[in-house]
Amino acid sequence: MTGKNQVPLTRIQAGQEGIIVRIEGGTRLINRLAALGIRPAKRITKVSSAIMRGPVTIKVDRTQVAIGFGMASRIMVEPVQAIP
Amino acid sequence: MNILLMGNPNVGKSVVFSRLTGVRVIASNYPGTTVSYTRGHMKLGEETVEIIDVPGTYTLEPTSEAEEVAQQMLGTGDVVINIVNATNLERNLYLTLQLLERDVPMVVALNMWDDTGHRGIEIDLDRLSELLGVPVIPTVATTGQGIKELVSSIPDAASPDTPVRSRDERWTTIGSIIDQVQRVTHRHHTWREHLADATVRPFSGSIIALAVLAGAFLVTRLIGEGLIGYVLEPLFNSLWAPVLLRLSDLLGGTGFLHEILVGNLIDGQLDFVQSFGLLSSGLYVPFAMVLPYIVSFYLVLGLLEDTGYLPRLAVLMDTVMHRLGLHGYAIIPTLLGLGCNVPAILATRILESRRGRFIAATLISIAIPCAALQAMIFGLVGERGVQYVAIVYGTLFVVWIILGIILGFAVRGFTPELLIEIPPYRLPPWRTVLQKLWIRSYGFLLEAVPMILGAVFVINILYFFGVFHAIADFTAPVVTGLLGLPKEAITALFIGLLRKDVAVGMLAPLALSAKQLVVGTVVLAMFFPCIATFIVLLRELGVANMFKAAGIMICVAITTGGILNLIL
Repeated sequence: MTGKNQVPLTRIQAGQEGIIVRIEGGTRLINRLAALGIRPAKRITKVSSAIMRGPVTIKVDRTQVAIGFGMASRIMVEPVQAIP
Repeated sequence: MNILLMGNPNVGKSVVFSRLTGVRVIASNYPGTTVSYTRGHMKLGEETVEIIDVPGTYTLEPTSEAEEVAQQMLGTGDVVINIVNATNLERNLYLTLQLLERDVPMVVALNMWDDTGHRGIEIDLDRLSELLGVPVIPTVATTGQGIKELVSSIPDAASPDTPVRSRDERWTTIGSIIDQVQRVTHRHHTWREHLADATVRPFSGSIIALAVLAGAFLVTRLIGEGLIGYVLEPLFNSLWAPVLLRLSDLLGGTGFLHEILVGNLIDGQLDFVQSFGLLSSGLYVPFAMVLPYIVSFYLVLGLLEDTGYLPRLAVLMDTVMHRLGLHGYAIIPTLLGLGCNVPAILATRILESRRGRFIAATLISIAIPCAALQAMIFGLVGERGVQYVAIVYGTLFVVWIILGIILGFAVRGFTPELLIEIPPYRLPPWRTVLQKLWIRSYGFLLEAVPMILGAVFVINILYFFGVFHAIADFTAPVVTGLLGLPKEAITALFIGLLRKDVAVGMLAPLALSAKQLVVGTVVLAMFFPCIATFIVLLRELGVANMFKAAGIMICVAITTGGILNLIL
């Protein structure tokens, strides 16, 4: 994890894949997200992007999770170039 | 002996419970269907054991009231059946490890086993069982596959010595287990998944949501009207009416007993809506006006619940719901409220904060009309024209929004953010759909019909002794002055405390204008919860908050009624 190309989850495009680098939050948030399979080093795909600060939906393993905008903006990901 | 069914939300615990005990419970395809525990019994060899269906939880550190229940239940169990979603082993194992650390004998049921094949997942069951130190049984609860094996594995439930680990240590352990037991073949996106994704995108999703909700509404009306027009109305008119008329003759056409049993004849004829006797309106209202809509509403709701659409609706509605001081998931209790407010208020337990629960419960009990009330609105207001039904619904919707915005501002605290798992779409299993329809319709018959008969009886007694006249004179300034209704309408508002459907029915004999009927129904819908809702509000919110909610209800109902009276 180089860390030079990190963006919040809210900033990547729908359909884009990324690897979670870190979660900027307290233990409670980290625990709640981890329980849903969202934790560092996980590969995720963004399913829908938010308008009007609405929730972000991502795919992680074989489930989809909808995450409120505020939480999503604290999840830092490194975008992965999709293989064409 | 006590056996707890525990696992992540939406892994099928309630379906397994139903299979084990034969007790019918409501199961749906969204996380948080079960908000409280259900007990049932099962024969295990010679012994009768108790099985407890526990609300789903991701970890043993609860984040909502429903999860707290799970945490508390754990202390009472002798054996845990940990139900795990086989298609999502990694995440589910976190709770499994936490449970293993608790020294309770355990068996793992690897549910939704049939889904693993076409999702390209292979799991080495023997190795998994070896690594966890407990029996692992593959199951498909919806078809019953593996349930027998699960039962016979209970005596082998084990509690291996497991050290208490930290969060990161647990994830490391899980990583190593997954590496050893699971192999996933990569698959490309199917067209179904593309379609599924479209339902959560803001633009395409909103269009789909409108279509789904409009479709649901139309189908509900179509089935409801069909049942009434082609089945129940003819039945009552051709079979029951002659019997009642004969009875009326036998009773001499008037008198106390006639009033109570048959009610008032209108021009010598029986009118099932207006006569208001126990055997006329008392039976016609619940069976021919309300029941058809209960059946059609719950059939449609059950299908929606089981496809897995509702959490997607929650995502789409999140931005709107935040304006009301709630988050998107509050749309699920709200939709349940269109059936009956009682389970809806219980379902607010899936919300994380007490503030959210207060706002959601208050909004539901004021602005969300239950199916019984809606059936009467269709029946009575609909007679005067569709536009009036639209005014009633429009008003309730506007009140829902405005009151929500006010409460969102006024109730202190902050709105937690949405964080939910979105289940995959599934074809609704007919067994759970029909089972739910049965539980809910039967529940209506069991609880509502005696209540309706009781309400009709009370009305007749009070009328007969002229009690209402005294009250009507006393409340006339508000009822007539402010709301523009005849002073007798207060009786309907009073009966609204028992049952709203009967209360709307009581407006029928008052010869109201269409406008008055609209004002009357809206005020009735919002004024005060029916007794069943009142009790559940009291239990869920506590006395102080219940009084707050009730105060809001009365103010909002009278204000809205007054405004409608002025502008219509």
